[in-house]
Amino acid sequence: MNNPLVENYFRVDKLPHIWCPGCGHGIIMSAIARAIEKSGLDKDKVCIVSGIGCSSRAPGYMDFNTLHTTHGRALAFATGVKLANPELEVIVIAGDGDLSAIGGNHLIHAARRNINLTTICFNNNIYGMTGGQYSPTTATGDKGTTAPYGNIDRPFDITQLAAGAGATYAAKATVYHVNQLQKYIEAAIGHKGFSMVEAVSVCPTYYGRKNKKGSAVDMMNWLKDSFVDMKIAEKMPEKAVGKFVMGEYVNKVEPEYTELYDQVIERLKG
Amino acid sequence: MAVSKDDLMVHIKEEWCKGCGICIAYCPKKVLGFNEHGKVSMLDRDNCIKCGMCEMRCPDFAIFLGGKENV
Amino acid sequence: MSKVIKFLQGNEACVEGALMAGMRFYSGYPITPSTEIAELSSEKLPKVGGKFIQMEDEIAGIAAAIGASLTGKKAMTATSGPGFSLKQENIGYAAIAEIPLVVVNVQRGGPSTGLPTSPGQGDVMQAKWGTHGDHPVICLTPDSVKETFDLTIRAFNLAEKYRTPVILLTDEITGHMREKIEIPEVSELEIYDRVMPEKGADYKAYRLDEGDLVPKMAPFGSGFRYHVTGLMHDETGFPSNSTENADVLIKRLMGKIEANKEDIITYEAYETDDAEYLILSYGGTARTAKAAVKKLRAEGIKVGLFRLITVWPFPEEQVRALSEQVKDILVAELNFGQIKLEVERVVKGNANVRLCGKANGEILTPEELMKAFKEVL
Repeated sequence: MNNPLVENYFRVDKLPHIWCPGCGHGIIMSAIARAIEKSGLDKDKVCIVSGIGCSSRAPGYMDFNTLHTTHGRALAFATGVKLANPELEVIVIAGDGDLSAIGGNHLIHAARRNINLTTICFNNNIYGMTGGQYSPTTATGDKGTTAPYGNIDRPFDITQLAAGAGATYAAKATVYHVNQLQKYIEAAIGHKGFSMVEAVSVCPTYYGRKNKKGSAVDMMNWLKDSFVDMKIAEKMPEKAVGKFVMGEYVNKVEPEYTELYDQVIERLKG
Repeated sequence: MAVSKDDLMVHIKEEWCKGCGICIAYCPKKVLGFNEHGKVSMLDRDNCIKCGMCEMRCPDFAIFLGGKENV
Repeated sequence: MSKVIKFLQGNEACVEGALMAGMRFYSGYPITPSTEIAELSSEKLPKVGGKFIQMEDEIAGIAAAIGASLTGKKAMTATSGPGFSLKQENIGYAAIAEIPLVVVNVQRGGPSTGLPTSPGQGDVMQAKWGTHGDHPVICLTPDSVKETFDLTIRAFNLAEKYRTPVILLTDEITGHMREKIEIPEVSELEIYDRVMPEKGADYKAYRLDEGDLVPKMAPFGSGFRYHVTGLMHDETGFPSNSTENADVLIKRLMGKIEANKEDIITYEAYETDDAEYLILSYGGTARTAKAAVKKLRAEGIKVGLFRLITVWPFPEEQVRALSEQVKDILVAELNFGQIKLEVERVVKGNANVRLCGKANGEILTPEELMKAFKEVL
């Protein structure tokens, strides 16, 4: 038998998925499905859009209207889907490279417009599909197949990037802190406006091996030890020293793009 | 409808398990382990508290909390 | 029925035609000399309940249009040279995923930023081969404001009928020129709407019904949950690495255009019946060519004009047939011989093929063309 969640929200004949053993992406995909279930969305009215990369294979497994686009462009395609049919709940799945390198322009502008899209960034800090090259979220000093002497780039904080560009909901959690992750995804789906959840994932195959981070479990342990909840960080700053902060960075209400456009249409009728 | 924990049990879909060991590592009661094929196996069902964390952290939908009647 | 006469630019006529064809979504990025298409779309679309969006770049401009088309809306994007280069990857996406879409390229002088406010016709080969991989292309090119109107409608019809991106290749000449045109009633026009699957059907997004070359397309949100990808896929739409399957798909994509060439190809043959010489041209340059043909005819020279209206697929049979009749074909175009190469390929040595072309931002004049023509006499 299968998990009822899988039976209800996945294309069972496409599973098991292509991701490597211990890859965190399956944890995020499962959290998205649970968040959709909790939100009570009509499957026929959900559209999941992705670009190119490991994470972008997720929509193929998910039983909705699914669109696997070109590298970096998921948000641009999704903007067209959403504006053309605002009835659809549009969820974008994108990797760190897809979203913040080749698709970085679309990220900041979708956030700026405050269009009602929910973006889930599967951040594994590496280009996995092409074999382990450093990405815009690879930490300075870490190695990738194109950073054999250590990465000299500075990494993006994708949550802060989205927040800075105007996202009205931006949150971060990890695949270790999966309850929190699911809660944020649910909140993002319920949020009217541009929302982004950065799901910090693990890539044992490339990032882990290149940087001697150990097994999938070792990498999960690293997430457990390296991330601190924003509420704790605020109350006890000493506990957050040298750590990454997860939590809801932004959660505010501002006029939503497709509604503003509909108001223009209404105004022209009068 | 709320489902009682008494009606639930952990199910394993071994053919989907890729043996990453994440569920085993974070099981709060340590009731899971590897079998001889390197896949997850229920070692101590009596002590399973049915918290569902194995399901939440399984990247492969290979372990989940489901109804007993489906066994 | 009262006739509506308007004095329009080619770019404006494009929008008028698009709206009559049923365009309800436009996304693009400002670029000269196509910008009026975006401006007028932004004004007119919300008045008919349609949507306009100015995207952050050219790539997003086409991507959003593809997304909108998937929800069942007729969608268009317009651009010019540099923007057309940027859109290429997603033109290929629309081709393999079979998403109806109209892409307008108001050609200017290139390469690179080139001559932004001057005409060129240097993108004809890019319209065919610009995106990577082998793929089918439909490309239309008008020579007047009225024909821009007509071909925009036709571009939508062909895009919807064959589930493919259609490129409307205009140029700065026709785009910015003003002419009087008569706008017909919608009821007088042939408008093709997408064929949708029946509710409750066992739907496979890329399965052909018997006798069809084009699968029926369900809009996202209509209850048919399916997958769309730019990867090679099977009839369900899911990725497939099988070489047999890839072979079936690519042959069907090429075949659906090839098999319908008669429906897709249009052209104008002017004074060709008794022609001993031929001038072949297209777009704004064909106006010069027609003027030259008239003047040469007045001098008693038996010359005709073959004007491409459909550039791709190329009217091979028609041009080859004429090549058996004439001694010489002079190709007039604003580039260094892109269509001349195609003509040489199809006439297979039947006739001498020459070029009268330039790419400095000026149009060809009838005098230049006549001078080039007379070199053969």
